Amino acid sequence: MNLHDFFFGVYPYLAGTVFILGNWLRFDREQYTWKSDSSQLLSKKYMRVASNMFHIGIICIFFGHLGGLLTPHSWVLAAGITDLAHQYMAMILGIIFGLTCLTGGIMLWLRRLYNRRIRATSRLRDIFILGWIMATLLLGLSTIPVSWGHAGHNDPATMIALTTWAQSIVTFSPVPAAIAGVHLAFKVHVVMGMTIFLLFPFTRLVHVWSVPVQYLGRAYQIVRLKRVLAR
Amino acid sequence: MKIRAQIAMVLNLDKCIGCHTCSVTCKNVWTNRKGVEYVWFNNVESKPGIGYPKQWENQAKWKGGWTRENGKLELKAGGRTSKLLNIFANPNMPEIDDYYEPFEMDYSRLQHAPLSEATPTARPRSAIDGSQMDKIHWGPNWEDDLAGEFSKRSKDSNFNGIEKEMYKEFQNTFHMYLPRLCNHCLNPACVASCPSGSIYKRAEDGIVLVDQEKCRGWRMCVSGCPYKKVYYNWESGKSEKCIGCYPRIESGMPTVCAESCVGRIRYMGVILYDADRISDAAAVDEQGLYNAQMNIFLDPNAPEVIAEAKDAGIPDHWIIAAQKSPVWKMAMEWKIAFPLHPEFRTLPMMWYVPPLSPVQTQIDQGKLPTEADGAIPKAEALRMPAQYLANLLTAGDEAPIIKALRRLLAMRSYQRSKHVENKIDTVALEAAGITVAQAEEMYRYLAIANYEDRFVIPTAKEEYHQEDYYAFQGQMGFSPGNTTSPGGDGVSLFPVRRSRTTVPVEFVPPPRRKDKV
Repeated sequence: MNLHDFFFGVYPYLAGTVFILGNWLRFDREQYTWKSDSSQLLSKKYMRVASNMFHIGIICIFFGHLGGLLTPHSWVLAAGITDLAHQYMAMILGIIFGLTCLTGGIMLWLRRLYNRRIRATSRLRDIFILGWIMATLLLGLSTIPVSWGHAGHNDPATMIALTTWAQSIVTFSPVPAAIAGVHLAFKVHVVMGMTIFLLFPFTRLVHVWSVPVQYLGRAYQIVRLKRVLAR
Repeated sequence: MKIRAQIAMVLNLDKCIGCHTCSVTCKNVWTNRKGVEYVWFNNVESKPGIGYPKQWENQAKWKGGWTRENGKLELKAGGRTSKLLNIFANPNMPEIDDYYEPFEMDYSRLQHAPLSEATPTARPRSAIDGSQMDKIHWGPNWEDDLAGEFSKRSKDSNFNGIEKEMYKEFQNTFHMYLPRLCNHCLNPACVASCPSGSIYKRAEDGIVLVDQEKCRGWRMCVSGCPYKKVYYNWESGKSEKCIGCYPRIESGMPTVCAESCVGRIRYMGVILYDADRISDAAAVDEQGLYNAQMNIFLDPNAPEVIAEAKDAGIPDHWIIAAQKSPVWKMAMEWKIAFPLHPEFRTLPMMWYVPPLSPVQTQIDQGKLPTEADGAIPKAEALRMPAQYLANLLTAGDEAPIIKALRRLLAMRSYQRSKHVENKIDTVALEAAGITVAQAEEMYRYLAIANYEDRFVIPTAKEEYHQEDYYAFQGQMGFSPGNTTSPGGDGVSLFPVRRSRTTVPVEFVPPPRRKDKV
């Protein structure tokens, strides 16, 4: 097995396994560590702009990747979206939300490094994971000019290769060879992205699981009864 | 009718001397940990003043509590959707400087400073990042005994509707202490604000708690509480609040703050209330709020209430405790205790007896109108403006405050006639609408304040709560997580503690042998 096969045939499952087991174990064993770990109390300055841009950006990027990579090719075509339109859509949305996320992320990154209080109360992995996400994002953005070049030549081959590979991974029939020929920037971006999943359970990222949507349908007041009702 | 029991408290401000024993005992027991150095579950503020955190009463600024929109109750900061939209950065979140930057004094400097002309000083160091601080800017009672400029202190929102300029003059100054803690509200805004649903009210005793395991740190409770009594622990990333000393309450003891009060100003007891009436009572118009809050309470002596309470599973000794409750006596029978800021519409369960103000010199000079006995001043003539107290305790309605102050004064007048003049005079009592028996009882509760009158707290029926109580033996105490002591320095797969805050300590090096030679 060569390195390419390892990274695109084995590593996805490695990262995925650690992701699922890690989250499960942490949720089960370490509820007290399961939190967003907000630092807004210590410094509020620019938080509204920075945090909102970062979060909105990254959520849209995540769902963009999810929809763009994992929707079966036939469905996309059935929806009347040509491969080229698909690629332009990916690039334009990628630019919009990528830059939104980048702006917010850089502000948060600077705050984390240079704000006296935030730096002092940051764990190493808080600084590291944000840096890692930013690096992955920059690499992702750097693939856009490459894609734009391909699109200019009416060539969606790279995009097709990436979706084919991604779908082969989630259907447990990995075809690492599918993306053997894509530009190196894509490959590094994909590996770094998978690493985010690998690191996910060990960082504050776990708060993503706890999006409190149930709040929308909940009664305002909560009363807990200790008493066993059957008397 | 849905009867529930609530452990409530009355604080007799007339006797509070601002010694902070309550705050210090509470702090030592509950918030002496990293991340909550700035947190005071109980603090005592000097009023008038803007308090801790700064301007907590000003809901135009903090958007805490509830508001009435078209007759319906809604969170002032916005409902569920707006909470979720603001979840990435809470716009109403206080910053730690609104409380104060926690600090430690650099005491080692005093011992280890090199020989110098000037006396060495112990400067404050930030407990957050260990850096040296120039100055301490705020604290849990920064305006102690009216410290600071009037222009800043008078931003106190209880001055609303009062010509406050005249109180700037030294001879017109007035002052009182306000001990504050979580109100364990019947309609808590923190519970309603929590997106995770981690905050809850206990059905048995009404204590409001944050489930530390379930809290995700969305920090909506911090801004949602109009009393700013839910705090964010920046070390653990979870919210913490006064736990009503529930381990003590469950075993029939008063809270630490109440137990340690040297002035004996705190009273604790059971109140029975009708949970079905909460939403209506919280939504009446402002002038009616104080009465509406009283109307929720149920008379523990009424046979139908007793029957209903037994039916709801409230233990017999809780009903007996409710009948002997000092809170019921002061709030409902004598009507001398009031809820703190009922206009926040959370139905707070810490009630306050308004303070009288010292005026003796002015009476001696014949400057103040007195009651018929010629010795006790009229309530309206007291140094402290009734409107100020009304803004604090009855949403602006002066009448109940004046009535309560007159009752407190009448009780004194009666006792004065009895003990000083040796001739019982009940004129003042009749004017204030209380009987001799009531005045004697008020005297016993307010002046003597025996322990067993102040604290009537039934034990929790733990055997009702456990399906198998032997299985409960040997379980861990109150520590969150999987260990009996949270954190620790061991290697952990998942991050628990941050790196230690480094407060540099200077050690004097031991003398080297060479130096001696």
